[in-house]
Amino acid sequence: MTEMLKGIAASDGIAAAKAYMLVQPDLSFSETSIDDPEAEVKRLNDALEASKRELELIKQKATENLGAEEAQVFEAHLTILADPELIGQITDKINNDKVNAEAALKSVTDMFIGMFEAMTDNAYMQERAGDIRDVTKRIMSHLLGVKLPNPALIQDEVVIVAHDLTPSDTAQLDRRYVKGFITDIGGRTSHSAIMSRTLEIPAVVGTGSATTDIKEGDMVIIDGISGDALINPTAEELADYKQKAEEFAAQKAEWAQLKNAKSVSADGKEVLLGANIGTPKDVQGAVDNGAEAVGLFRSEFLYMDSSELPTEDEQFEAYKAAVSGMNGKQVVVRTMDIGGDKELPYLPLPDEQNPFLGYRAIRISLTRQDIFRTQLRALLRASKYGRLAIMFPMIATVQEFKDAKAIFEEEKAKLVAEGVEVSDDIQVGMMMEIPAAAMIADKLAKYADFFSIGTNDLIQYSMAADRGNERVSYLYQPYNPSILRLIKNIIESSHKEGKWTGMCGEMAGDQIAVPLLLGLGLDEFSMSATSILKTRSLIKKLDSNKMKELAEKAVTECETVDEVKALVAEYTK
Amino acid sequence: MEKKDFHVIAETGIHARPATLLVQAASKFNSDITLEYQGKSVNLKSIMGVMSLGVGQNADITISAEGSDEKDAIAAISDTMSKEGLAE
Repeated sequence: MTEMLKGIAASDGIAAAKAYMLVQPDLSFSETSIDDPEAEVKRLNDALEASKRELELIKQKATENLGAEEAQVFEAHLTILADPELIGQITDKINNDKVNAEAALKSVTDMFIGMFEAMTDNAYMQERAGDIRDVTKRIMSHLLGVKLPNPALIQDEVVIVAHDLTPSDTAQLDRRYVKGFITDIGGRTSHSAIMSRTLEIPAVVGTGSATTDIKEGDMVIIDGISGDALINPTAEELADYKQKAEEFAAQKAEWAQLKNAKSVSADGKEVLLGANIGTPKDVQGAVDNGAEAVGLFRSEFLYMDSSELPTEDEQFEAYKAAVSGMNGKQVVVRTMDIGGDKELPYLPLPDEQNPFLGYRAIRISLTRQDIFRTQLRALLRASKYGRLAIMFPMIATVQEFKDAKAIFEEEKAKLVAEGVEVSDDIQVGMMMEIPAAAMIADKLAKYADFFSIGTNDLIQYSMAADRGNERVSYLYQPYNPSILRLIKNIIESSHKEGKWTGMCGEMAGDQIAVPLLLGLGLDEFSMSATSILKTRSLIKKLDSNKMKELAEKAVTECETVDEVKALVAEYTK
Repeated sequence: MEKKDFHVIAETGIHARPATLLVQAASKFNSDITLEYQGKSVNLKSIMGVMSLGVGQNADITISAEGSDEKDAIAAISDTMSKEGLAE
């Protein structure tokens, strides 16, 4: 009988393929004493040799399928595997302590892992601990004769079944063969979900039991639109889903035709649809999906993917790549948004009771001006390569914005005095994510060139509910009239000063929110690149005057989210 | 045997990426090459050995090589040290 799993729809599309279990095998063993150290050392060497062959193959596959950069991690693994100090110590332990190879391997690698992990001021070394752990697992699997999953070696179409997917797991996946993901844990904004949208692979996450309910080789259907998954479906069900998949493909083809079209409502109102990006590499995806701008370039990757503060030149190269890649279309870069849940190992921040309400983002930038000024200089230097805009995160007061803007002006004047070419029309705006700022949007609009509404934080701060806390996650209510009223105030305040408002949270690409936001007068919608064409197609069908009426009613008459949803359904049917 | 003393000037010491470069340089030679710091010596061809010493800024270290290409090895390592701004 077909088993059905329910999860969270993380990435559109439908896939049907055999399950590939990306699950760690049991690597437990018991320590035993041995009589023949020579034979035991040979067992170790055989396992090392087998691991080496496997890693070389994986490295070769990864280089072919994913590129040399993604394959580097396996090069690092091979270096560890050949490390004379490591192997020497394991061999010594077998010979001197007369223990089995498994025990010797674990005891020596644990020592190194512990040593490297203890270097909390050194992110690079801590990462090496992860590498040693991975290599140890591989050697151990050969000693124990169990099979490690090697996603880089997949040669058939599969659906990946995992507890969760880490960045290093996804780096090894070959898009030609991986048709879908299904995981036990995660939500719409977890790494696995974001990655599946970037790769445009259907995904269902957070099923709770995918790895226990699905067995290797089971036929699995993933419906990334509804969040359903079917295990070993009947021929009839397979046919049904095949039809659904074809319909989806047809719809995608229809959307693709909108790639170079403007984003215009049925009655001719134009808006801008932008992409949210994390690194300059994402620019290609934004362009391919018809983005008319980059509404949010999170600059954090420069700080997170590094073992020290990024230099001005490193940052300049990244900003330049993004700005020139968009070919004259606007790129809004958000200055460093560290703190909250994002920590930097080399920039220790004090432990706080409430990190989301603490020392983060612009609050750090205004006190650590050395870091802030370096970033602004890099941005200013990149400005001549396209249309750059800058925004400050977590602005709560008029004074904060004025202070940040003044530092920007100082650095600009310095560069100009140094003879550096700087664009003269860099817009400087701010994120709207703190309710206090939303309430004085009329005042802030006098100073900021634009607003960008960060809905995830705006909702969590307005509702006083941690979005990561499952007990209160029901309060994450983008359509609540309270949130809509704040958004309305922000947009109207900006328009009164002749400024514009964008939105760069998940809500901007939400198909229920879009009609409301269009009605509220939002100028720019910035979202995951893969949501752009779908949204453009939706906007094409909407009448902006009717949506204005809808938004007005939602804000003034509705009491609950359900009422708002019903109203949207009524107005968009 | 060929020997040379170094004074570490790199702010991060011999950690992280520079250590990898040093190990790569040493691995090209047949000679046995060791790094000695505070009475402990490790195989310079071992990244784990080198990093486990925790050589910081201002440390005084000795590199020795023994084998057919010991002179070239020390020269190459000195070269890496100065090129990477590691030690002098």
